[in-house]
Amino acid sequence: MTLKHVSGLLCAAAMSFGLASGAQAQDKVVKIGAILPMSGGTASIGAHAKAALEVAMDIINNAHPELGNLPLAKNAGLAGLGGARIEVVFADNQGNPATGQNQALRLITEDKVAAVFGSYQSGVTLTSSAIAEKYGIPFLNSESVAANLTERGFKWFFRTTPIADFAKIYTDFLADMKATGAKTDAIALVHDNTEYGTSVANTISTAFKDKGQPIALDVAYPVNATDVQGQVLQLKDKKPDVIIMISYTSDAILFAKTMQSLDYKPAILLADDAGYSDPSFIKAVGKISQGVFNRSSWAVGPSGSPSAIIADMYKKKSGEEMDDTVGRQMQGFFVLADAIDRAGSTDPAKIQAALKATDLKPEQLMMGYKGVKFDDKGQNVLASGLIIQLQDGENYVSVWPKANAEKAPTLPYRGW
Amino acid sequence: MSFVLVQVIVGGLLLGAVYALFSSGLTLVWGMMNIVNFAHGDFVMLGMYVAYVVYTLMGGGPLLGAPLATLVLATLGVVVYFALIRDIMKGPMLAQILGTFGLALLLRYSVFWWFGANFLSMPQNIVGGTFAVAGLRIEASRLLAGVVALLVTLGLHLLLTRTSLGSRMLAVAEDATAAQLMGIRPDTMQAIAWAIAAGATGLAGALIANFFYIVPTVGETLGIVAFVTVSLGGFGSVPGALVAGLLIGVIESLSGYLIGAIYKDIIVYVLFLFFLWFRPQGLMGKM
Repeated sequence: MTLKHVSGLLCAAAMSFGLASGAQAQDKVVKIGAILPMSGGTASIGAHAKAALEVAMDIINNAHPELGNLPLAKNAGLAGLGGARIEVVFADNQGNPATGQNQALRLITEDKVAAVFGSYQSGVTLTSSAIAEKYGIPFLNSESVAANLTERGFKWFFRTTPIADFAKIYTDFLADMKATGAKTDAIALVHDNTEYGTSVANTISTAFKDKGQPIALDVAYPVNATDVQGQVLQLKDKKPDVIIMISYTSDAILFAKTMQSLDYKPAILLADDAGYSDPSFIKAVGKISQGVFNRSSWAVGPSGSPSAIIADMYKKKSGEEMDDTVGRQMQGFFVLADAIDRAGSTDPAKIQAALKATDLKPEQLMMGYKGVKFDDKGQNVLASGLIIQLQDGENYVSVWPKANAEKAPTLPYRGW
Repeated sequence: MSFVLVQVIVGGLLLGAVYALFSSGLTLVWGMMNIVNFAHGDFVMLGMYVAYVVYTLMGGGPLLGAPLATLVLATLGVVVYFALIRDIMKGPMLAQILGTFGLALLLRYSVFWWFGANFLSMPQNIVGGTFAVAGLRIEASRLLAGVVALLVTLGLHLLLTRTSLGSRMLAVAEDATAAQLMGIRPDTMQAIAWAIAAGATGLAGALIANFFYIVPTVGETLGIVAFVTVSLGGFGSVPGALVAGLLIGVIESLSGYLIGAIYKDIIVYVLFLFFLWFRPQGLMGKM
């Protein structure tokens, strides 16, 4: 071995020492894996969610005293872990359950994340959370609504978004509309054939059946449809009083366009969040969907309020208005970060215990939930929502229940 | 009831004509040089974006957007031919599949990067409204797309069968070496075929953009339809693509209305398998 080689080796050794000590001197980082649809038919949702999580990271990792009672905003980093910073490792699920599963595996085994967050589509959440369960890593879901997700007896799965009570919101809202003279007897459900579409359609039809008003017409269609003329004509033929749409963005846009071209307007068009909350839906076809009702837990609040400040930060980051979906995602992320902070550790079991002990009050939240508290199944029992309406074709306003309404609901559906 | 059925069938025919138009490019490239272009759906997507850009930047409607999309995509077709296809044609089948598939991803994610993932839509009034004829409702944008699609597909067929350029192209398709001996340059002919195929696809995209949403992944949704149309009609046959496109459009509409939309793909694909079984060459393909 020549001298050159030896000195080379010494150099390398010195460098690796330097690197190691450098890493030690750095602040501690808590990695959270986020599985989102960054490509595929719902890529717009993934892009918005990424911006939202980056804003959430900014709020957690830097001092934001202006955000009042919001946990983790006041000081920089997680106080419970000596000021550790949160870092999100983004993974693309391509809107595909199999890909979501692989990404969960990669995040847990290779990136060694402390917890997993995701995955938007109920079908993807179903598979990716199963991997987290197997490895004993906390999985926080903030936006998938298929009821069965919390019926699997999982110990590591927590969901902050409202699920069962949205059906109650619909039955109560329509009962109120009926009381004001609207016809709400025949209800049609229009939904895609994904986990989300079929599960939500089931939950809603059960809720109406229990009220003694079975669903009159069930129109199922394949997701990412190329054409929906047949379905719109079917609706036009059967003339239901109320249509409840359960669709992702692409199909929601196609339905709006096709309903206009075939000149079909139901008296009441009620949408189940998802595509109808995507800002690109409003930009693309808001003007021909005037008067559509939607479910939401997001209200921007008066200027200067924490929710308004967050909405501003989000708009600066993404160029989009804050919507219900990204709001629920940010809220879920805060709940997870708060639990890690209280756990004071990245040990999965301690985070799980902290999530179970979560008890956030409305004033600590950015969303209009009554709080965050998980039951044995991991479902947030204090999640709640309201009904919003796209009255002018550009911005949703809250219209129900009366206590939270900015404006009164207007009927019938105007369309274009 | 019967009235609605007529509406369903008319809607299906118009949709089918557009399917035919964007499938004809795929079938032409196959007929000329036995290449399956997996980037085909993304060519449609690019055509849609060209039309959208023409509208937002220049305020131009389909009168400007459609020819420009044709031109841009035809140019792209020539570039793709010389930069990629000419070389991978000589390689194994796997190279062709991966080459065009890679091209598809390159195009799709370039558009992602440039335009973002948001859904876009042409304004509603760009192709004036809807005609109500005897109770039937026909959207002007769909009618325009359907009629142009029919004309262009027929034109393509005539070009291939009735002109000297068409004969030269077919000669190259038949036997490139023999054609070369007769003074026809295969390179030029194949580049022209790519220009025509990509141009027709761009035109289809620009026309579809008037009534469909625009998003970087739309090629995935539409590309599959093109493959089914081409296999049903017969690989390499332009009239086959036309008939198959119309057939699929009507079957989709009818089964979507009568049986339920989630079953319409089952019916289309059962028919598709049935044809592959009895006529593996497709409706009008040659063995």
